[in-house]
Amino acid sequence: MTGYFVQRLAGTLPVLLLISLLVFFLIHAAPGDPTLLLLGEETNAADVARAKERWGLDQPLHIQYLKFLQSVASGDFGKSFKYAEPVTRVIKTRLPATIELAIFAIIIATLLAIPLGVWAGARPNSWIDNLGTTFGLFGISMPSFWLAIMLILLLAGVLNVLPTSGRSTYGIAGPEQTGFYILDSILQKNWAAVGDAMTHILMPALALGVNMLGILMRVTRSSILEVMNEDYVRTARAKGLQENKVVWRHVSSNALIPVITVVGLELGTLLSGSIIVETVFAWPGSGSLLITALNARDYPLVTGLVMTYTMAFVAINLIIDGLYALVDPRIRY
Amino acid sequence: MRSLTLESAIEKPAGKLGRLLPRLHVKAFTGGIIVLAFIMIGILGPWFAPHDPNKQELTAMLKAPQGVGSAHLLGTDNLGRDILSRVIHGSRVSLLVAFAVVFVSGFIGITLGAISGYFGGKVDFLIQKLVEVVWAFPPLLLGITIMAFLGQGLFNLILALVAQRWIPYCRIVRGQTLSLRTRDFVTAAQCLGAGNRQIITRHIIPNLIQTSLVVGTFAMASSIIAEASLSFLGVGVPPEIPTWGTMLADARIYISTAWWLPLFPGLCIFVTVLGINLLGDALRDLLDPRLKRTGSGI
Repeated sequence: MTGYFVQRLAGTLPVLLLISLLVFFLIHAAPGDPTLLLLGEETNAADVARAKERWGLDQPLHIQYLKFLQSVASGDFGKSFKYAEPVTRVIKTRLPATIELAIFAIIIATLLAIPLGVWAGARPNSWIDNLGTTFGLFGISMPSFWLAIMLILLLAGVLNVLPTSGRSTYGIAGPEQTGFYILDSILQKNWAAVGDAMTHILMPALALGVNMLGILMRVTRSSILEVMNEDYVRTARAKGLQENKVVWRHVSSNALIPVITVVGLELGTLLSGSIIVETVFAWPGSGSLLITALNARDYPLVTGLVMTYTMAFVAINLIIDGLYALVDPRIRY
Repeated sequence: MRSLTLESAIEKPAGKLGRLLPRLHVKAFTGGIIVLAFIMIGILGPWFAPHDPNKQELTAMLKAPQGVGSAHLLGTDNLGRDILSRVIHGSRVSLLVAFAVVFVSGFIGITLGAISGYFGGKVDFLIQKLVEVVWAFPPLLLGITIMAFLGQGLFNLILALVAQRWIPYCRIVRGQTLSLRTRDFVTAAQCLGAGNRQIITRHIIPNLIQTSLVVGTFAMASSIIAEASLSFLGVGVPPEIPTWGTMLADARIYISTAWWLPLFPGLCIFVTVLGINLLGDALRDLLDPRLKRTGSGI
């Protein structure tokens, strides 16, 4: 199995190289001049030329790409134009916010979707099934950014119970250790800050998780439906086991295997969703950073972010394949 | 506890179909009505939209919806433009983008998938490498990157969305072609002297239409959301074209003061996508239940 994964890992390298080439040239060829965008339209020609020289923009594109590859090989993506700091450092300060948000979105989605899906699948065509199916359909049809706006309208505007933006109220959180606010606050036993961070993350996580919720619910339901007809389920019932135990012990443990794959596949969608949800909630994560970087034509930062997202996506797919083999002993690589 | 009797075991198959049918009808009917309404409004909308969608009425800014009979049924936005008229015109863009993306990506995906599965070997390897590279991008991210390169515009947007949406067709079609290739009717056609192109277009592709139709409905739903997302982020269609996504982007600043600005365009996206998904579900149950395991279709 290790051999298989080493092979898969090696196989992703040319793919990543091709993607870096594609992204690099697309971004550099895009209209808009980073020097004018960052220094202002009225900067004199000498300053523009100096900035271009400093950022290496005066050299031919293929030389720039080779230089970029050189810095990637040494574990860096170059220096951000806008922040004048190494791209990896800029991304590192923003990444925990996105990961924290994604984890919460997954928790909300699975906590709601799996029980609902199991329930609905175990009692096909009951009222709970109809409710669950409608819920699932609503979930997959919901544009996350619209839900985000409507949540702000309702929970922050009308009811005024949750904050509209950001990760925490100024001055409550202690010093940063890991960058994950909730984890940091728990480590520092600062319970007020934990609660504060939770109220901030609730709406964005719900908006981000809604599509995954819908899909997970539907997959769980159809998977349960399929397993319910298996012989061993009939055996379990025949020996007089309570229906609840049959569903939760015999059916669910087998039916949830495909659900893992779907969680993995949807993580990619979640990553992209974070770009738009973070923008709505002014969530200081890597998604909103990408939009800022793109608007400033901060080439190294955009390339670095796109590559980070893509590598995360590829890595997730690899991990999911591994998990799959772990849960289902019939699969061997 | 459920009792296990002989009757329940015998009843099962008939009961299952009996239960499936009405549910299928409700889904197909509701979905069909919504999609039909969407298409009709998209095509005929400009003739019955009450106002010019871009006409600014500075004396009637941010008017709340005042009910039937008033000048602006769904209110006006921050520049005094009629929301109802803008929503109606917005459906045109969504309709155009959705159909264009589905057909173009369907054409590319089915063709490449059929070629890949039928010929195998080097061609298959190359096409599958392309699939792997494009599919390694998180969705939306490739769209954003391409739009940054091409600039705002309707045609560019369609191009950016097609860039990734042909892949589901390609993958499913390739898998099916692999099994169709060995079937007797293909061998028979080969024996009768049919060329490769004739076999693919006459014998293979007609067998792939049903599955592709199901893939297409889900691709349509996802491209409507993607179009709105990109326009919302400001990298979709230019701001002078009213679309549901740009309307939502404009509405963001007024969330706290004017609830009708974000409500109506978002509701349109949601209901339209819901209708397409309902129709897709019904189509899938009817034509190709094997696709069910993927949950969303695509």
